[in-house]
Amino acid sequence: MSRAALLVLADGRFPAGGHAHSGGAEAAVKAGRITGAADLEEFCRGRLHTAGLVSASLAAAAALGVDPVELDGAADARTPSPALRIAARKLGRQLMRAGRATWPSAELDALAGRFPKGAHQPVVLGVVARAAGLGADDAAYCSLYECVSGPASAVVRLLSLDPFDATGVLAGLAPELDVVAQRAVEGARCAVEGGVGVLPAGGAPLLEIGAEAHAAWAVRLFAS
Amino acid sequence: MHLDQGHTHDGPVAVSADAHRADGRRRALRIGLGGPVGSGKTATVAALCRALRDEWSLAVVTNDIYTREDAEFLLREAVLPPERITAVETGACPHTAIRDDISANLEAVEDLEDEVGPLELILVESGGDNLTATFSKGLVDAQIFVIDVAGGDDIPRKGGPGVTTADLLVVNKTDLAPYVGSDLGRMAADAKAQRGELPVVFQSLRAEGGDGVEAVADWVRARLAAWAA
Repeated sequence: MSRAALLVLADGRFPAGGHAHSGGAEAAVKAGRITGAADLEEFCRGRLHTAGLVSASLAAAAALGVDPVELDGAADARTPSPALRIAARKLGRQLMRAGRATWPSAELDALAGRFPKGAHQPVVLGVVARAAGLGADDAAYCSLYECVSGPASAVVRLLSLDPFDATGVLAGLAPELDVVAQRAVEGARCAVEGGVGVLPAGGAPLLEIGAEAHAAWAVRLFAS
Repeated sequence: MHLDQGHTHDGPVAVSADAHRADGRRRALRIGLGGPVGSGKTATVAALCRALRDEWSLAVVTNDIYTREDAEFLLREAVLPPERITAVETGACPHTAIRDDISANLEAVEDLEDEVGPLELILVESGGDNLTATFSKGLVDAQIFVIDVAGGDDIPRKGGPGVTTADLLVVNKTDLAPYVGSDLGRMAADAKAQRGELPVVFQSLRAEGGDGVEAVADWVRARLAAWAA
């Protein structure tokens, strides 16, 4: 594997559409649940252990070669909010475009043909990681880092939060991210033998409810 | 350039600037309209739609910053059937969506071609932004930068990538020049100094008896003729 390829894929400027999404932070800010760096850290921690773990294990399983069509179904089953499913497929489609242009691969072409309007983003992420020559742990790390860095950069824009504080939150969460990444990869390895049903299935009801409310707003800065 | 050689043509094309669609047909010409907030981008798009819709098959993508205002204005004005107008959400960064990460806009233009095509022209309107906001060549084939006289007659002199490099610079709201103390002659001279041979159009969509959007529409027609050739 190439460590540099991991940096390319994990770069927040990788052109795959993430900049327009807040990972639920905009809804949480409006509801008064995020007012500063301390709340942001709690929000990101909650996301890391719930939606983050689920996404990272899907990505890791796809990187291990588990059937992406089955994984896409597993992602649907683990995403109750229709708004979040739509957002995940939009982002999956955008990542597919960037991934195919960056690391052309027959597996990516096949997945794009099967889901022309987009598969769930973590599933695409795992297949893109494979195409880039990366492993399951890399896919899990990318997924988890996005899961916390997206809300952090969104909150910098939404609350004019000091960007050094937001970056400090991400650095503070790094040891926990290591632990969750390990759990995600373990779950993915179980799914190679045991099928997608054994993947982690944690949920964050407030994220799901917030996403549904957010999708109905007339005025918002972020798409989700 | 045909960069997706060697790939199947079953799925969506992976590369943006390709002049042909996955099915082998030539795609629509894409023209971007950028410029500061309130300079008249949406009004210009609406006027262009009215001027061109009977001659060409066209559609519009808007990039609102935090609402669907621009798309809704176009819908309310009924400049095109609603299925020909799509809005992209840009996460507080309109320039990112037209320059650094164009994937959402590419999907919008491709979906329009799939759903209401065949199309000959797609206008991509940026959210109002700053003087450095330009469109990626991966998204549009040509770009129009719209400024207005009320934003200050020193804008052409200040330059910046939008003013300096856009394929067409439109100086809008010329009817307001006497009221805001803007010197159109100075703006024209500054624009010439910044842009050399690149064209500049002075336009008023409001002045009675004026030509409205016709000069810009003619420029678009010439682009369309060249694209189709």
